[in-house]
Amino acid sequence: MILASGFFEDLFRGLLQGTPPGAVYALIALGFVLTYKTSGVFNLAFGAQAYISAAMYFKAHSVWGWPKWAALLVSVFVLAPLVGLVLERAIFRHLRTASAVSKLVVTIGLSVALPEIFNWAARFSAVAGRQITGIVPDGAGVYYDPFGVYRFNRDELAMMAVALAGTLLLAALFRFTMMGLSMRAVVESPRMTELSGINANRVSAFAWALSSTFAGMAGVLIAPRFNSLSSGDYFTLVIIAVAAAATGLLVSLPRALLGGLGLGWFIAVFNTFLPGLADDHTWLRPFQENLTPSLPFVVLFAILVLWRAVGRQREASDPLAGVDPPPPALAALERHPKLTLFTRLFGVFFVTVVGLVVWFRADVLWMSLVTKAVIIALIYLSVTVITGMGGQISLCQGTFAAIGGFTVFQMADRFNMSVLAAALIGAALAAVVGALLSLPVLRLGGVWLAIATLAFAFFFDAVMVKFSWVGGGSTALLTGTQVPRPLIGPIDFASDRAFLVLAVVALVVVSVVVIQLREGTIGRTLAALRGSEVAAASIGISAARARIVAFAVSAAIAGLGGALLAMHQQNVNYALNFAPVVALFWLVVVVALGARTVEGAIQAGAAFALFEPLILQGELLGWIVRGEERLPEFFPLSGNWRLILFGLMAMQFARHPEGLVEHGKRRSATRINRWLESREARA
Amino acid sequence: MSAPILELRDVEAGYGPFRALFGVSLVVGAGEAVALVGANGAGKTTLARVASGLLAPSAGSVHIDGSETDQGSLSAWRFVQAGVMHAPEGRSVFATLSVQDNLALSFQRAFGRAGLADALDRAYELFPRLGERRGQMAGTLSGGEQRMLSLARVLVESPRLLIADELSLGLAPMVVDQVFETLSHIRATGTALLIVEQQVGHALELCDRAAVLEHGLITWHGPTNEAGAVLESRLFETGATR
Repeated sequence: MILASGFFEDLFRGLLQGTPPGAVYALIALGFVLTYKTSGVFNLAFGAQAYISAAMYFKAHSVWGWPKWAALLVSVFVLAPLVGLVLERAIFRHLRTASAVSKLVVTIGLSVALPEIFNWAARFSAVAGRQITGIVPDGAGVYYDPFGVYRFNRDELAMMAVALAGTLLLAALFRFTMMGLSMRAVVESPRMTELSGINANRVSAFAWALSSTFAGMAGVLIAPRFNSLSSGDYFTLVIIAVAAAATGLLVSLPRALLGGLGLGWFIAVFNTFLPGLADDHTWLRPFQENLTPSLPFVVLFAILVLWRAVGRQREASDPLAGVDPPPPALAALERHPKLTLFTRLFGVFFVTVVGLVVWFRADVLWMSLVTKAVIIALIYLSVTVITGMGGQISLCQGTFAAIGGFTVFQMADRFNMSVLAAALIGAALAAVVGALLSLPVLRLGGVWLAIATLAFAFFFDAVMVKFSWVGGGSTALLTGTQVPRPLIGPIDFASDRAFLVLAVVALVVVSVVVIQLREGTIGRTLAALRGSEVAAASIGISAARARIVAFAVSAAIAGLGGALLAMHQQNVNYALNFAPVVALFWLVVVVALGARTVEGAIQAGAAFALFEPLILQGELLGWIVRGEERLPEFFPLSGNWRLILFGLMAMQFARHPEGLVEHGKRRSATRINRWLESREARA
Repeated sequence: MSAPILELRDVEAGYGPFRALFGVSLVVGAGEAVALVGANGAGKTTLARVASGLLAPSAGSVHIDGSETDQGSLSAWRFVQAGVMHAPEGRSVFATLSVQDNLALSFQRAFGRAGLADALDRAYELFPRLGERRGQMAGTLSGGEQRMLSLARVLVESPRLLIADELSLGLAPMVVDQVFETLSHIRATGTALLIVEQQVGHALELCDRAAVLEHGLITWHGPTNEAGAVLESRLFETGATR
């Protein structure tokens, strides 16, 4: 009897305890659903928008000493809608008829760039340990304990009240007003909405202002829960809230509310009972320690994979999509044969010159940077396979690369195995993991696949890396995850030059494999699936097999690259090289520069590894003006510029979804073609 | 004489690198009915899109009530507000909205909140099938029912000019007859028509003038009673060259 009452009291306390974090998830899930419903954008930059308002509120209230209402007014009701309007006008209006996946890429770019732009413009930097105060007076100090088991503070109550009121208000907006109906119509087809006599631009501007205001509100309300403001925390929260939003298939507001609360309750109850169980059963203990931080990602993954309705949901296509011009063919297919010859010759010449300069003139640092660029380019070829050829977004390429890196580390550390053999094993292991992962997630389409892979990446990050048979455990803490350089017979790759040659050879081999794959049956099957899955199925093409192969090959390439990178740096450096957020960065760089071609991946690799030292540090300009002392004063530029430029690149991608390199190539090819033709006509 | 409702002057248009219209001029006056006929790929749908503001012409101009439309801020909703409505070809409905919401989107703008119920009743009277399925998502309707829905939207509103692209496609013959009956009815109330139609017989019966579009150019243009002979000779020609 005592046991039973203890159980129910624990359960009840767990539920109450889970309610405030549940309300946080619910608030974000609501905002997320609102954005998706009114703009069709799977907005991963939602957290960034929330962060901006929270930071503005903090700056106005805590730094400038404004009263709370004024800070709230400026940050939530002025700045937030303004940000929404600017985003709509500058980016998302042009993307209205783009695929959900390209919108997703843009929002990933924005999620990185927006906080940086704000921090730079407002000279804001989070002060560790200095908390934001909530919007209600003495929010963290006054407690209410209605049931005698758990005490809510005022901030938490305010949050829960806003989540509930927000649900009711938004539901009323969609149910009873013309604006709500128009917003849903614009998402499906802006042109059809215009044919009904409604100004689609105005509707979508309103939608963005509204959802952005909601993001700002959520950001400010949640802020007191964090020790210090960081955009990373907000990003993670959004990923978790996607689980709640998914339970309503991204369109149901009440379900998003319930989903958020449910997630909070589940995690709190789990945390209430698991420690007790783990005391009784010692074998549960490692799970308890490792699983708890990653529980939200596990739940997200489980919901996406197990809940059939998510997989069945398809984007409704615009019936008037035919008004848009068709996507153009690859520039290389259309240009003049002379031009193709010239481009190839120039390419060979350029690579040779760069190679000679690096070989004879580069110092240790530059040799290392170029090697890194080559290896990163190799890893990026894995994105070319899965995204460029397969048309699917995987956000766990960093995890596959990490599997390669960790395999080399473990094999060398435990069995003293040759690292090159270990690299091949690592690639094979990554391929197996990729194939296994693809089985449950491939059923999911477009953005859901991307989110499931992201959940997997976060899960790997939070749980797997901590196991000693993966990340090295406590030995790695002391000595790092050390990896030796390879040794083949008399050739010792400890020399940086020799290792660069090895990396280049690997890149060439993988490039050839990728090109062969693209021209072969698998490549053509994937191209057909990208065109129309239904049409492909009707002529007897099986989607599953080609996609599993694509996933496995892509994972293997990433694994090989990760192994090489670990050898190059003689350390796995997981957090620096392969963390989930780094992999997000990778995807945007590759897709923005061109995911469909091998050159695109190589240029993206070069951009990722060399942009900062070459351009931002002023090395290139210094070389041009002969001497670093002659550089303008603002060099070296802060590394944050990289993030801002990265965001701008994502925005450029919005205009040129075929990739910036491809866009440039096409433009120059058209011009030169015209010139060649006019010359021929004259002759 | 007052200015025509719609006038296209030397319009050229296309999609990306593809040209579909090469200098087309066409006038539709108030209360007039024009049939646009031509083979597949002649540019009929492109012409209808330009005429309703969906597609900006790459050269030439579009005039409504004698004033040139601004091509910089070209948008279909301005055409609608000027009384030019377009029923696009195919299943042009909002698949994720209910039948009723699809209709309400147009009707509330045209008739206001007060006139909404009445307009809905007229739509359901016209197509009883839609009334039976008013709560259903439009994407789950059959092809023919979706056509009914997109037609109900424009037929009930009886705008000043109705541009209808392939009205009869996918509809049962009996329903086609009924649609044309409705068209002649709203014609009588003063709506001008620009009809793109494969069912040439029906279209010519309804209209006063016809224009023949071939390879992006209007090659013949005249009263409908002469059009029959012209079309026959042209059809015969194409048959002979095969």
